[in-house]
Amino acid sequence: MRIMRTCKEMGIKTVAVYSTADKESLHVRNADEAVCIGPPNSKLSYLNMPNIMAAAEITNADAIHPGYGFLAENADFAELCSDYNIKFIGPSPEMIRKMGDKITAKETMIAAGVPVIPGSEGLITDIKEAKKLAKEIAYPVILKATAGGGGKGMRIVREEIEFEKAFNTAQMEAGASFGNDGIYLEKFIEEPRHIEIQIAGDQFGNVCHLSERDCSIQRRHQKLVEECPSPYVDDELRKKMGDAAIEAAKAINYESVGTVEFLVDKNKNFYFMEMNTRIQVEHTVTEESMDFDLIKEQIKIAAGEKVVGRAYFPRLHAIECRINAEDPYNNFMPSPGKIETFYTPKGHGVRMETHAYSGYTIPPFYDSMIAKLITYGPTRNEALAIMKRALDEFVVIGVKTTIPFHRKLMDHPDFISGNFDTKFLEQNDILNE
Amino acid sequence: MDYKEIQDLIKLVKKNQISELEIERKDFKIQIKSQGDDPIIQQVSMPAQPQLQQPMQQFSQPNVQPQHSQPDSSAETETEPSHLIEMKSSMIGTFYRAPGPDKDPYVGIGDSIKQGEVICMIEAMKLFNEIESEISGKIVKILVEDATPVEFDQPLFLVDPKA
Repeated sequence: MRIMRTCKEMGIKTVAVYSTADKESLHVRNADEAVCIGPPNSKLSYLNMPNIMAAAEITNADAIHPGYGFLAENADFAELCSDYNIKFIGPSPEMIRKMGDKITAKETMIAAGVPVIPGSEGLITDIKEAKKLAKEIAYPVILKATAGGGGKGMRIVREEIEFEKAFNTAQMEAGASFGNDGIYLEKFIEEPRHIEIQIAGDQFGNVCHLSERDCSIQRRHQKLVEECPSPYVDDELRKKMGDAAIEAAKAINYESVGTVEFLVDKNKNFYFMEMNTRIQVEHTVTEESMDFDLIKEQIKIAAGEKVVGRAYFPRLHAIECRINAEDPYNNFMPSPGKIETFYTPKGHGVRMETHAYSGYTIPPFYDSMIAKLITYGPTRNEALAIMKRALDEFVVIGVKTTIPFHRKLMDHPDFISGNFDTKFLEQNDILNE
Repeated sequence: MDYKEIQDLIKLVKKNQISELEIERKDFKIQIKSQGDDPIIQQVSMPAQPQLQQPMQQFSQPNVQPQHSQPDSSAETETEPSHLIEMKSSMIGTFYRAPGPDKDPYVGIGDSIKQGEVICMIEAMKLFNEIESEISGKIVKILVEDATPVEFDQPLFLVDPKA
């Protein structure tokens, strides 16, 4: 829906592709044309490259916007589009590949002078050498899977005696989860905040940044709340991080919008974590804080236009709560099914992004996120007040949602004071405090 | 489109309380608007393009009546006898009834087909795929026009497995 709206505003016609499970989806109804591309199983539909290309062919599509998730960061798909002369709205296959592999990405950053987390140069091949390096970096250290994500194949090591055992289990887990048991070593940053910089680059080598987003509120490495600006970042840190992000993007000649993710420690040192070569879920808070349409920019860049060439800074404070169809009182168990009533909050300072509606049945096959609630105001406190009001106004009957969780979070004193890091949800039982 | 077909369309629009109907084919375009006394109902928006082919096929069969005059016992009702099977597309592409522009179609209405027999061709990205029938039976209806785009799960043929 997000992409379709901007396309409509720009006078671009749209084709929605959908699996049989998404027949009643809002994006299907809103598009100018729609093509069913397969059964509910993602592998046979949304990840099915030949089917998607065939759909593009029979509708005479000029471009494909991959959104986020599924094939958005799949270099092979980007290459396929290029082979068939269909513009992939995003970076080139090479750019995706360079940033897709964590070790290659890190090497590229070191060469570009972007601060990285101290660690091993590549995969660990010799345990003795690894232990020596760990001592140099200083414990605590973390072992991570190169092909990994979502917390799998990761082990924190606080003392040398734990090292070998942690390494062996991490390796086995990585092999089982990703089919690749390569492990590398990094310094473990304590009390880290996840702060990322939005960037936009064009075909001509220009790159600009659009300031930061704080995404520290995470549960099992999944973001739940994001905001722009970060309560932790001052003008000086913003400038340093923004410049570093631009260097990162320039190092690979990056084209399209993207995000450079950093970890920031308690001393305001920042370290490159990874780069996402796509538009992100939380792009909305950047948009509201500075009145900027990132999808429009992304399409313009794909059409060969230049980026503006200056940095953008937040003028308002924006917060986003990801509303998932999950039961927060039952370990966040997914709650698909029919939504009988869906009344969304409205009014000054509220933006809703959702594909759900009264009578819509949430299919059990895909992501549990059903809405993004964004509020914005001149100050963080005002944005927070609107968020509380909006969450109270939001009525969903028929499925369970994480609305009560977010409502409680908005009352938590540490969240209100901006005093939180990525460990916050682990350390605080929001619903029962 | 002949006079009878246009009459049937008008009856359908009134019966289903459609406020505006527009159909476009290679050789003509027709737009029907309902005014005045007929209440306008908020319908779900018009189905996606490929499915629009279906209602047209019904009207080109002279023996289909738009009104539900009698229950299922009559052969001339809109609702199909329930034992007929819809053969659906497993591919996305352009549907062709014959192996080439000047060749005979693979099958016609009334033909008996066996499981595994080629019944049509679907072309995608310059690759031509001959589609085999999953069942044996008799072709009752061909639901898609020649050289039109089809999507996944789109019904292509109506087959009577008992014939």
